[in-house]
Amino acid sequence: MRKVAVVGVGHSKFMFNSPKTGVEMLSEVAMDALNEANLTPKDVQAVFLGNVLGDFTEGQGMMQSFFANDIGCFNVPATRFEGACASGSMAVRDAFMWVASGFYDIVLVGGVEKATAMDTPLATRTFAMFGDSRYEYPAGFTFPGAFALLAHLYSSEYGIPLERLTEQMAAVSVQSHYYGMKNPNAQFHKEISVADVLKSPMVTTPIKLLDACPFTDGAAAIVIASEEVAKRLTDKPVYFAGVGQTSSGKLSSQSKHLPRIRARELAAEQAYKMAGLTPKDIDVCELHDCFSIAALIAAEGLGFFEPGTAGEAWERGETRLEGKIPINMSGGLKAKGHPIGATGVSQVTEITRQLRGELGEQGRQVDGAKVGLVDTLGGDGVIVNMILSTK
Amino acid sequence: MEYKLTFKEYSSSLKENKLLGLKCNDCETVTCPPQMVCQECASTNTEVVEMKGKGKIVTFTTSFIAAEGRESEAPYTIVMVELVEGPWIMGNLINGDPKEVNMDIIGKRVHLGHKVFLGDKYSNGEAARPLFRLID
Ligand SMILES: [Zn+2]
Repeated sequence: MRKVAVVGVGHSKFMFNSPKTGVEMLSEVAMDALNEANLTPKDVQAVFLGNVLGDFTEGQGMMQSFFANDIGCFNVPATRFEGACASGSMAVRDAFMWVASGFYDIVLVGGVEKATAMDTPLATRTFAMFGDSRYEYPAGFTFPGAFALLAHLYSSEYGIPLERLTEQMAAVSVQSHYYGMKNPNAQFHKEISVADVLKSPMVTTPIKLLDACPFTDGAAAIVIASEEVAKRLTDKPVYFAGVGQTSSGKLSSQSKHLPRIRARELAAEQAYKMAGLTPKDIDVCELHDCFSIAALIAAEGLGFFEPGTAGEAWERGETRLEGKIPINMSGGLKAKGHPIGATGVSQVTEITRQLRGELGEQGRQVDGAKVGLVDTLGGDGVIVNMILSTK
Repeated sequence: MEYKLTFKEYSSSLKENKLLGLKCNDCETVTCPPQMVCQECASTNTEVVEMKGKGKIVTFTTSFIAAEGRESEAPYTIVMVELVEGPWIMGNLINGDPKEVNMDIIGKRVHLGHKVFLGDKYSNGEAARPLFRLID
């Protein structure tokens, strides 16, 4: 396998009610990524896309082909990935493998979602499609509901009184909003307090409105290339050091491990092993905080903290810029926003910028970051982890 | 290879308050809801068995939101129940006011009933779902 690098990134402002179409959002960030890499659409050999709900949001299926044509990548193979909120990361990982194999030298990866084109009941309905439609949806399964079940289970399994756990969960949202204020692309620029979270409306016990990420419109794109090509294009290539991907079935079928998510632990293990690294080697991490409780479970599954202890770590500031493991310096899904098909590509963009050392002016650069980890969860059943490195 | 227990068969039985699953003849594990293979060892050497319809609550949530078309159901309580045969299954709790349900419910013993979700424009027809009532 050849070494593969990210050579260009593009990222839209994440927002409610984008005035642009999905293809337009995507094309703009793709052109930015190509420009940054000093490439043109004619250099692109294949297009990979993460998009989940185009069918529902704009009545648009197979957006990958219209997107490729719109930017002048005429007649190239274009492929769409669907793994709920992990779709973008799946597209990135596959693109990496195609370049690593030697089949392609230069691939464009995009991700886009226009989730706020749906009203909240329809958005809730479509997101519930990422649970089991026949055996679990009839009970009124929703995505916040899945993590709400895990939150109560977390409280009882680890003996953390629910009142304490909800304070720890609030600390996650507070930190995300703090760093979101520093990210010009974030959907929310508003500082919040633990008290604000605790008094926000209940969504599904014990998850409150400010424990949950928003619905978001947005896009991100990256260009990846073989090491040889990358060295010609940029003096700051960011390499893929390790990747992992796993799947799992309906929530009840994971009972042996819950509230831990076994699929994540296996995907992370694949990525660490391939990179020859351990959790201690990670300088900065973007993880899947779709809900505050999800961030705690993710940080533990990735090996940063022992099960049941991540909440205290957030409260102690260990996940802040100057902490032991800076997490979600972008504001995370909570404050940056969560345009589901774009999220994985956005996370890779963020880590790339951290490893290039570009975020100092925004006040959220991890000093000397050399290795970064991306974690993305899709529905009940997809986890992708990727380790990026300056070497 | 055909399913030993399809969704349709499972759902029709549940409508008669009979909860069916699969018992593995290789490792003894019971898989419910059913699927092609044993959830523990992936064996296809399984047989259809009826659950006792009893278990205990392992976790819950009361939802104040609902998906399109189901707004009138909120608030409602979802529970995850560990059946006496071992597997976990998702259903609804029907005791009292959903807004009053709290952590004390975890560990409580429950008995199975059912309700039919009629389906919506995205569903492929109706589906019976487990309803649970507290025993003590
Ligand atoms: Zn078995």
